[in-house]
Amino acid sequence: MNAEVAIIKTAAETALAQAFSQARGRLPGDGAIAKQRAAAFDVFAKTGLPHRRIEDWKYTDLRALMRDAKPLAAPPDAAAKARAKTAGALLGDVETRRLVFVDGAFVAELSDVAVLEPGLTVGSLADALSNGDPTLAAHLGKLAPAGDAAVALNTALMGDGAVIRIASGSTIARPIHLLFVASAKPAASFVRSLVVVEQGARAMLIESHEGPAGSDYQVNAALEIFVGDEAHVDHVKIIGEGSDALHVSTLAAAIGARARFNAFTFTAGGAVVRNQLFLKFDGEDTVAGIRGATLIKGRQHADTTLVVDHVAQRCQSREMFKTVLDGEAHGVFQGRIVVRPRAQKTDAKMMTRALLLSERAEADNKPELEIFADDVQCGHGATAGALDDDLKFYLMARGIPRPEAEALLIRAFLGEAIEGIEHAGLREALMDNVVAWLKAR
Amino acid sequence: MPLLEIKNLHVEIDGKEILKGLDLTVNAGEVHAIMGPNGSGKSTLAYVLAGKADYEPTAGEVLFNGKNIFDMTPDERAAAGLFLAFQYPLEIPGVATITFLRTALNAQRKKRGEAELSIPDFHKRLYEAAARLSIDRDMLRRAVNVGFSGGEKKRNEILQMALLEPKLSVLDETDSGLDIDALKIVADGVNRLRAPTRSSIVITHYQRLLTYIVPDIVHVLSKGRIVKTGGKELALELEARGYAEYQEEVPA
Repeated sequence: MNAEVAIIKTAAETALAQAFSQARGRLPGDGAIAKQRAAAFDVFAKTGLPHRRIEDWKYTDLRALMRDAKPLAAPPDAAAKARAKTAGALLGDVETRRLVFVDGAFVAELSDVAVLEPGLTVGSLADALSNGDPTLAAHLGKLAPAGDAAVALNTALMGDGAVIRIASGSTIARPIHLLFVASAKPAASFVRSLVVVEQGARAMLIESHEGPAGSDYQVNAALEIFVGDEAHVDHVKIIGEGSDALHVSTLAAAIGARARFNAFTFTAGGAVVRNQLFLKFDGEDTVAGIRGATLIKGRQHADTTLVVDHVAQRCQSREMFKTVLDGEAHGVFQGRIVVRPRAQKTDAKMMTRALLLSERAEADNKPELEIFADDVQCGHGATAGALDDDLKFYLMARGIPRPEAEALLIRAFLGEAIEGIEHAGLREALMDNVVAWLKAR
Repeated sequence: MPLLEIKNLHVEIDGKEILKGLDLTVNAGEVHAIMGPNGSGKSTLAYVLAGKADYEPTAGEVLFNGKNIFDMTPDERAAAGLFLAFQYPLEIPGVATITFLRTALNAQRKKRGEAELSIPDFHKRLYEAAARLSIDRDMLRRAVNVGFSGGEKKRNEILQMALLEPKLSVLDETDSGLDIDALKIVADGVNRLRAPTRSSIVITHYQRLLTYIVPDIVHVLSKGRIVKTGGKELALELEARGYAEYQEEVPA
């Protein structure tokens, strides 16, 4: 063992080390994959769980928030699979192609994989790892930052996930829905997915996470997307985890030239949520909309951490994140826009707004611009505040009772972000989730 | 029974007394004009009737249809038939005008125990009222008052009034910022609602609006009290002579 390795201290860190040493022999993939896992675990072992003195995790001290590490989830039994049949209500009646994962494992019999559109290839990561799929060697781990503790753990312990390829020029009309559902067992799942969208192809990818209330299960999900030149990709993530769940997820994307890329995250569930986005603009003239809406209450903690890396010139990115906080909820937004020296004519604008419905709620906001090119337009704005009393009075003066007036204003507040989703049915489904949240307030 | 009865009303904002013993009685079917110099308490009266927070009544009472309005929240007052056309209508980003209007109308109907209007019935009413005020349908789909001109905002207030059909409309400086054509449209909207069962209080600094909305009774408000009451000719008198004679200290 290397002398520089820090002594692993917390119960969770100890449990993770044990889980890795016990599972490494049976986790799918050998040779290069096994080496990749070991290297990733070494990265984690050196730093341990990230804590508040690590700048990128300043507001989400995982060492303190993660009291223990749950055992790796066992393959789902028949009862767990049966319960998963009713999952996906978060999406309302949006027509999708479902790929269902129960406790992190792909369940073919619940998934819609029998007949695929031309140009679409779908498989499970576990199979790809076991079969030595060459796609993995070329792409897996190329985008997610290896030095990030959450990504490192995911790489070390990844059990299953989706591997999707969309062939050049294909348009996949039906959204592809990765539906992750946790069963009642308080276990940990590490899911890793890889999506390769080739040149000029078009697809929408929905990723949803849900599970039972009252179970303190843990999810670490990572998704790497390669967006080819002239491709058009929409990614929507819905974090609707159970009340006591810990959810850490990472989206890493590399976007080619003249592409369109939209990412949206809707967060309403989970006790502790860390949602990371690492987006790299590799090709010129790409247009991207990166948005999110978060609704948290009680003692929920939700962190969105975004790094937008403009490498190529003349790309446009719009970032808009809205958070509604009630009770003693804690919302975090960290947004960093990097403009590299060659990324001239970059046009990037980031806006974050927090709406505090309670005096005990807390919103932390850390926007950063790192600009190394001289001919760019970049800006950021941030606000945090309560509902406007004058607006409330105006609505009430027209006969609208206070709770309805507040609900109308909150819907309007989030609507500005949700309107950015191009799929009308999905916009409506998310607004329905907002209405349900407001009713339960 | 008068529709509105204000007796010896005292109102403070941040501990400063603005209304200092105001008396006013409005009967059903009457149009009252309240005129007065800046700072006399005209807008305070409008806001306290509608129920704005921080406008603290410290003495006196206000009865609307015989009921003490200080026992009612702003939405309850609206459902009971009180309407304030705001001097500065607010912008509500993200809320379409048509959604706002339907929510307001149905909330009031629900409160009064009436059935909600069906969407076709609502649209019929809305489009008729909007056409009379020269408000095009595109504007109704836009967020409330966002990007509207001053005149459009005021017309939108009158549209709300026309749809909600209040028993008592309080128009706070609705003429400010309007050109003569807009003024006529707004006045027409108010006159259209005139009925033996409805009343209005038109608050204004200038006589101009009162050429088009002819009041039954004109009051002069100065330093928080009504200091003179007369017929419609009083407005012309004020226009000619100004408010100077009413701005001396009123004996307590």
